[in-house]
Amino acid sequence: MSALRELYQEVILDHGKSPRNFGKPEGANADAHGHNPLCGDTVTIHLKLNGDVIEDIGFEGRGCAISVASASMMTEILKGKTLAEAEDMFARFHALVAPDAAACEPGFDAPDLDKLVVLAGVREFPMRVKCATLAWHTFKAAVDPDRAEITTE
Amino acid sequence: MNTAPSSVAGEIADFDVARYRADFPILSRTVHDKPLVFLDSAASAQKPQVVIDAVSHCYEAEYANIHRGVHWLSERATAGYEGARTKIAKFLNAASDTEIVFTKNATEAINLVASSWGGTFLQAGDEVIITVLEHHANIVPWHLLRERTGIVIKAVPVDDSGALDMAAYHQLLGPRTKLVSVTHASNALGSIPPVEQMIRDAHAVGARVLIDGCQAIVHSPVDVQALDADFYVFSGHKLYGPTGIGVLYGKAGLLADMPPYQGGGDMIRTVTLEESTFADPPSRFEAGTPHIAGAIGLSAAVDYVSAIGMERIAAHEADLLAYATERLGDINSLRIYGTAPRKASILSFDLAGAHPHDVGTILDREGVAVRVGHHCAQPVMERFGISGTVRASFGLYNTRADVDALYESIGQVMEIFG
Repeated sequence: MSALRELYQEVILDHGKSPRNFGKPEGANADAHGHNPLCGDTVTIHLKLNGDVIEDIGFEGRGCAISVASASMMTEILKGKTLAEAEDMFARFHALVAPDAAACEPGFDAPDLDKLVVLAGVREFPMRVKCATLAWHTFKAAVDPDRAEITTE
Repeated sequence: MNTAPSSVAGEIADFDVARYRADFPILSRTVHDKPLVFLDSAASAQKPQVVIDAVSHCYEAEYANIHRGVHWLSERATAGYEGARTKIAKFLNAASDTEIVFTKNATEAINLVASSWGGTFLQAGDEVIITVLEHHANIVPWHLLRERTGIVIKAVPVDDSGALDMAAYHQLLGPRTKLVSVTHASNALGSIPPVEQMIRDAHAVGARVLIDGCQAIVHSPVDVQALDADFYVFSGHKLYGPTGIGVLYGKAGLLADMPPYQGGGDMIRTVTLEESTFADPPSRFEAGTPHIAGAIGLSAAVDYVSAIGMERIAAHEADLLAYATERLGDINSLRIYGTAPRKASILSFDLAGAHPHDVGTILDREGVAVRVGHHCAQPVMERFGISGTVRASFGLYNTRADVDALYESIGQVMEIFG
């Protein structure tokens, strides 16, 4: 498979065209805004937290296929997780897509994390890694009271 | 995907583009195992060998600091640097060499005018007119000046073709207008505003005019005296010259009344521990050791394009723009932004269902280099309700074959996103 086909796999194109959990869930009680000033892409992550459990999660914004698909897949994976589990997943996801992370193979013991492996193709495109991680950084901001807004730069 | 439309005539007859391409070493390389198709000259142009050689020769054979040594090398470097100033003054048809100030780029030139001229002569309530077409470099310096002085910034809107709304411009002009700062060609859409008329109209109400010439000076001859521009700025790297060197042209009378922008060596007359007196323009505005080799490289670039002829370059690029507009125009899902009658060779577009960043990545894998995103011109993107476009821009070395490669690579995008 060419690097391009690896990047734009069907499942990514599908999430890009028909994002899941798009919008603000009812009862949302935390959010954060993310922005990539280089391309103008924006994402807002909405959370409904119950203690440290993510009861519901949604997102709004606009961006490229990679950033929308990544946000969409993230919401599917994080729904129902605890904040500690989410933090762990972010670390694994980051290791998966970061271009310099070849040596640190993430252990995918959590079965639903396998879904994110389709995004690993972004590693071959260093300029696009920020597209894949914007939603995750924004999620972290939403659960961190000190960071209501994040930017890729 | 059809073949090339037959209604478009062949490339212009007397322009030997193959010969000029051979002058640019980078154009013979491959990217992702494909021949490079470079369609991003509006961001920064590639360099001909004569420019690379001029910079190398400066460092290899004739380099020392300027304006201070009495030794031979310093004399040679000073002659090269000041010779570049003379060359650029002639290229712009400035009345005098002393009207040419070297800066690091157009951005610094605009900041210099905003800070020095604006900070001295503009007061709260004075109005600066810009346009929706401006690059951020011709917006943000005025925002900064507004923080300092309380000026009022007004922007001329554009119509759906990306042409300036001149009726709105005339309504904005008034006794409070002190400066009109406008692009000579939009970097995002290509639109060329009628700056000759805008300058006349601004002068009629007593306002000064700054022209951002970054995108215009590379595509057509510029005569600052015929324009009667008060300030004219451009960046060397878009004119096939080195990065880090730009030009501010200012009318002698205006520069003479402006205080220094930065303080340091080379811009003073005398310095005691208590006070300084300042040199005349242009030295007053060139504090510190400048980009000597950059100025010399830019001089070589000016020689290079002058030898080809700016009118001939303009005709070649106009042909490419017309060909590209017609060729891409038959792709149903493609929308072109910027259809004004007067345009520089810039083609901005998007594709239904594919974000510009995804398009740019796919084109890159075909060896086709385009710019994607908002092009540092977010207000004009907002005007059209989009976050960005794909921008193909044509330089003197581009060919119809480059346009064909762009067309074919868009086919790849549609295969993935169609």
